[in-house]
Amino acid sequence: MIAYILRRLLYAVPILIGVNLLTFTLFFVLNSPDQMARMHLGEKRVTPEAITNWKQEHGYDKPLLFNEAASGLARVTDTIFFERSVRLFAFDFGSSDDGRDIGYDISQRMWPSLAIAVPVLLVGLALNISLALFIVFFRATYLDIGAVVLLVAMLSISGLFYIIGGQYLLSKVFHLVPISGYDTGVEAWKFLVLPVIVGVIGGVGSGVRWYRTLFLEEVSKDYVRTARAKGLTERRVLFRHVLGNALIPILTGVVVVLPLLFMGSLITESFFGIPGLGSYTIDAINNQDFAIVRAMVFLGAVLYILGLILTDISYTLVDPRVRLQ
Amino acid sequence: MPLMPVILWTDALVFLLVISAIGFGLYAARHEHLRAPWRRVARSRVGIGTLVVLSFYVLIGLLDTVHFRLPLADQTAGTETGAGTKFGPDVLSLFDAWAAPLRERQEKTYSAPFATHLFVKEAITQPDGSVIRDYPRLNYGGRHLKDPTQRGWDILRLTLRGLAEGLIVWGLIAAQVVWSTARGQGIGFMAARDVLLAGGTAFPWRTALGTLAVMLVLGFVAGELALRYHILGTDKVGEDVFFQALKSIRTGLVIGTLTTLVMLPAAILLGIMAGYFRGWVDDIIQYLYTTLNAIPGVLLIAAAILMLQVYMSNNADQFESLVERADLRLLFLCLILGVTSWTGLCRLLRGEALKLREADYVRASSALGVGHFAILGRHILPNVLHIVMITLVLDFSGLVLAEAVLSYVNIGVDPTMNSWGNMINSARLELARDPMVWWSLTAAFVFMFALVLAANLFADVVRDAFDPRLRGVR
Repeated sequence: MIAYILRRLLYAVPILIGVNLLTFTLFFVLNSPDQMARMHLGEKRVTPEAITNWKQEHGYDKPLLFNEAASGLARVTDTIFFERSVRLFAFDFGSSDDGRDIGYDISQRMWPSLAIAVPVLLVGLALNISLALFIVFFRATYLDIGAVVLLVAMLSISGLFYIIGGQYLLSKVFHLVPISGYDTGVEAWKFLVLPVIVGVIGGVGSGVRWYRTLFLEEVSKDYVRTARAKGLTERRVLFRHVLGNALIPILTGVVVVLPLLFMGSLITESFFGIPGLGSYTIDAINNQDFAIVRAMVFLGAVLYILGLILTDISYTLVDPRVRLQ
Repeated sequence: MPLMPVILWTDALVFLLVISAIGFGLYAARHEHLRAPWRRVARSRVGIGTLVVLSFYVLIGLLDTVHFRLPLADQTAGTETGAGTKFGPDVLSLFDAWAAPLRERQEKTYSAPFATHLFVKEAITQPDGSVIRDYPRLNYGGRHLKDPTQRGWDILRLTLRGLAEGLIVWGLIAAQVVWSTARGQGIGFMAARDVLLAGGTAFPWRTALGTLAVMLVLGFVAGELALRYHILGTDKVGEDVFFQALKSIRTGLVIGTLTTLVMLPAAILLGIMAGYFRGWVDDIIQYLYTTLNAIPGVLLIAAAILMLQVYMSNNADQFESLVERADLRLLFLCLILGVTSWTGLCRLLRGEALKLREADYVRASSALGVGHFAILGRHILPNVLHIVMITLVLDFSGLVLAEAVLSYVNIGVDPTMNSWGNMINSARLELARDPMVWWSLTAAFVFMFALVLAANLFADVVRDAFDPRLRGVR
């Protein structure tokens, strides 16, 4: 087991290098720092001195890959590639274009993100599983058909409309909770209610439909027929046998996204003004702050790979048939 | 009057898509294993009903894809050489020309659906010279009414007229269908009508005609009303929202289809190669798609679009017109969306190819000395086509929704381009106004919802027809 995890971790290294090279190419080779400076300065103030100044201020004035002017090891280390990309491996994200420490910002901003993402995940999971079980209990009736149509309709609505509709109903019409904003400490709860509700409802369509198929697959298996044949009630069959076995794909599906919860949700956070990592990324995109975008790309890749490893491990934990080697 | 055809990049790709769709249709018609599932789709009521709705969208999208430039009215200006006609700078589409009344009738600013007056007060000079602040009459919406209070009756009259026209056109089509059914089955016209009404045909004509009736009536009523009113209001600069929503159809369809199309060659080739050859080829390809998958999709798109913006602002002189620029950005968005979404298909194809390479007929041809690439083309590829097709259909609705979200974050299509995402984006500020400007958002919602719902339902039918076991792919 430990050997397996170690091997997977080693396998992650080339992937991260690949991600890093790709972002490096995207940000520095396809667009030279000169062009970046020109865009940040705006058309009117572009002078050669201004560009040089801007590059110096933000540390983009070094050669890309190989520094001929330096000597020894500094030939490789005193370059943009080393300063900007290699350092990411040590989770040293450097500073953003307006001079703030990205690592510190991330550590501060991940908590609001988690405060939304975790409740959405847990409440959503509970709600989706119970709704799916309910529908499966009434399978092949008009209730089932009607529910499936409703689910497809729900997943055909863009998430943006759930947010706008939720804000309109709960905040503007009924004045129950503030439309957007955030507060520190326990007071934050009233700002969190609406995003969590919207997040849960927005996920019902796809979630319940997916779980329903999982349950239906289990229901048609032999052991369920055996359970019924020995006289168990339908309720007991569903809750003890079907639910237990269907939890395996559900759980592993959840484990994949667990690490990515840290990244927050771009749309939800920017709509509700939550100072999490999602809105951090959006702001960076809108301000064209490449340093932050690069840091988030790297972080996302790390968390994704972590999710894959966790999934494999969780398989062995919940499904005794799977053995890692 | 000669026209100058303009073929934008996405136009060319859409034409390519149409040609390949026709080509594939001809190919599928000759192969039973592809024809049978399509027959199952055609027999399904949901499949046909949604197909009718989708075809309306596709028709408008295609009309909006044929672009041209009109000749200038004033041909004499500055022509010494007299070399040919001069063309105006505006790139128009067939749809623009067809819906010209909608496009040209611009108001000053916001107006509510079916309004006769502007949404905001203005200083109006009365005939006697005094100035009052009131809501002025619209330039076009309800202009034909002498007395605006008569609006309700006028709308009712126009609705009834549209209803009648729609029903007449539908009646002609329906009569044609009944007639050909009667001839095919060798029964009388009335008997054939009863068979159709009872849903007794193999092809679900009843559903098809029913949906067609709804769509035609809606279309004609909307058409009649839209000529006199702004049926979905106008936006901030006074453009008709109904027109914008219709123009957005092309953007949605292009994103939904071209994205999958541009990624197909790479996904198919790499996927079946990884599964067939295994070994180091498999390792490299798996590494490639795991790496791409590891980057969060939104961030990769954001990064790429940011780079494109930098490139475009530095090379502004390379683009002849705004339309061309917006079109290139749309194409680029399709490409980058394709890059982030081909990995799923690639993995599926790899798994399928892994299975197929052990099949008897593949091993037999390998034993007979058939080359690897011949086997890939002749035996593996035709047997994974159904997966490709399912993915194409399944991905469509997700991509349409993704466009809205990306445009909302400003990393979607060009802000000058009509798209539902841009409509929602601008609606953010409009909702904060008091009284609220709700019609842009509603229009985007209705048009998007109808398309995505139809696409989702259709995709389910296609998936079930081709491979019920792939139920969990989504």
